Amino acid sequence: MLKKRLIPCLDIKEGRTVKGIKFENLRDVGDPVSLAKRYVTQGADELVFLDITATIENRKTLLQLVSQVAQEINIPFTVGGGISSLDQVEALLSAGADKISINSAAVSTPQLINDIAQEFGSQFVTVAIDTKSVNEIPLVHTHGGRQPTQQETTIWCSEVESRGAGEILLTSMDHDGTKTGFAIDITAQICNSINIPVIASGGAGSAQHFSDLFQQTNVSAGLAASIFHNNEISIPSLKSYLSKNKIAIRCK
Amino acid sequence: MIAIIKYNAGNITSVQNALNRLQEESIVTDDPSIILKADKVIFPGVGEASSAMRYLKERDLDKTILKITQPMLGICLGLQLMCNKTEEGDTECLGIFDTAVKLFPPIHKVPHMGWNNLNTTDDGIMNGIQSRDDFYFVHSYYAELCEDTIGICDYIQPFSAVMQKDNYFATQFHPEKSADTGTIILKNFINL
Repeated sequence: MLKKRLIPCLDIKEGRTVKGIKFENLRDVGDPVSLAKRYVTQGADELVFLDITATIENRKTLLQLVSQVAQEINIPFTVGGGISSLDQVEALLSAGADKISINSAAVSTPQLINDIAQEFGSQFVTVAIDTKSVNEIPLVHTHGGRQPTQQETTIWCSEVESRGAGEILLTSMDHDGTKTGFAIDITAQICNSINIPVIASGGAGSAQHFSDLFQQTNVSAGLAASIFHNNEISIPSLKSYLSKNKIAIRCK
Repeated sequence: MIAIIKYNAGNITSVQNALNRLQEESIVTDDPSIILKADKVIFPGVGEASSAMRYLKERDLDKTILKITQPMLGICLGLQLMCNKTEEGDTECLGIFDTAVKLFPPIHKVPHMGWNNLNTTDDGIMNGIQSRDDFYFVHSYYAELCEDTIGICDYIQPFSAVMQKDNYFATQFHPEKSADTGTIILKNFINL
């Protein structure tokens, strides 16, 4: 049986792991490679690295980090942040990334999704979507969540699928950093309306939040950052909790 | 020395990294003479079938692969290209395994992405693997069951997750990305 995936997310700034609340007030939480290795040992199913201050100067640092991570860990990982061209994608994949995620550039240039899927295959393309409700309508936000668009999240998800994305990483900014639980309603709605895997992100604060997510939606994976980084929930204890709640997860 | 066949497909770096972690020497090459002389060969690959087959043919690597007598391990797209044909790009493949590769019907999420377990026997390349062990899959096409199937995974329907015919081995999942369970398989292959 296909297992539900647990994915720690490492936000990267200048080669270090950082974490903020609602994408702001960033603080340093450690060296990404040693954190990554710790998560692999604990049984993480996959990792995501997001370069949240991606700039041209930082590209080289990021590529070195990707290459180091690829040498040291034996589970899949996705790299995202500031990716806007096929050249960048190719550099990340040859450095050893298993998937790349695009966000703002997909919104401004949707053709980029088709191009990456055609060139490298759909399985390489995760489209990250930051959603936030405006007048009770979930709208796509870009640029690390700072910039609202007029695009409705549910419509954008379908378009992303039809353009060849292999997976969607859906972050609810209304929930991100709040530790009050995942955005069950919109996640469930999107999972039912498209046929590619969806990773839910934003709001994880307890083991029960993951259990609620997996029981109440058809999501493929749950992603979180701070609760794992701060050791508020360890992956082994989370997996044992989910297992007791009859959720199919990978046991080491 | 293990030769990793170089062609226009992804995840070659990952395979070499995995062999480095096992302190196994490898070379990434598309030179038929090096491939035929290597102790073992790995045929990795993530990508699109028709362009991959075209690339292999342009370099005569299709003929080279059929001449290999030492153990060869195909991974993911590698497994699919070792079958007779695939629906992806309606492509004629290498014909090592007598079966066809088809697109998953959209009954559940496609691609089949994530960790899944197998029904297999605990010997040969699968020595030490139990039915509860999970492996990392990411694919939209699957090889139908045939007499060369030695490991079966069930997603939407049962399909060939591990295959073997003579010196040719193949896994649909990525052993190089399947944590400790994947490492067991790579070690088994190295020790063949």
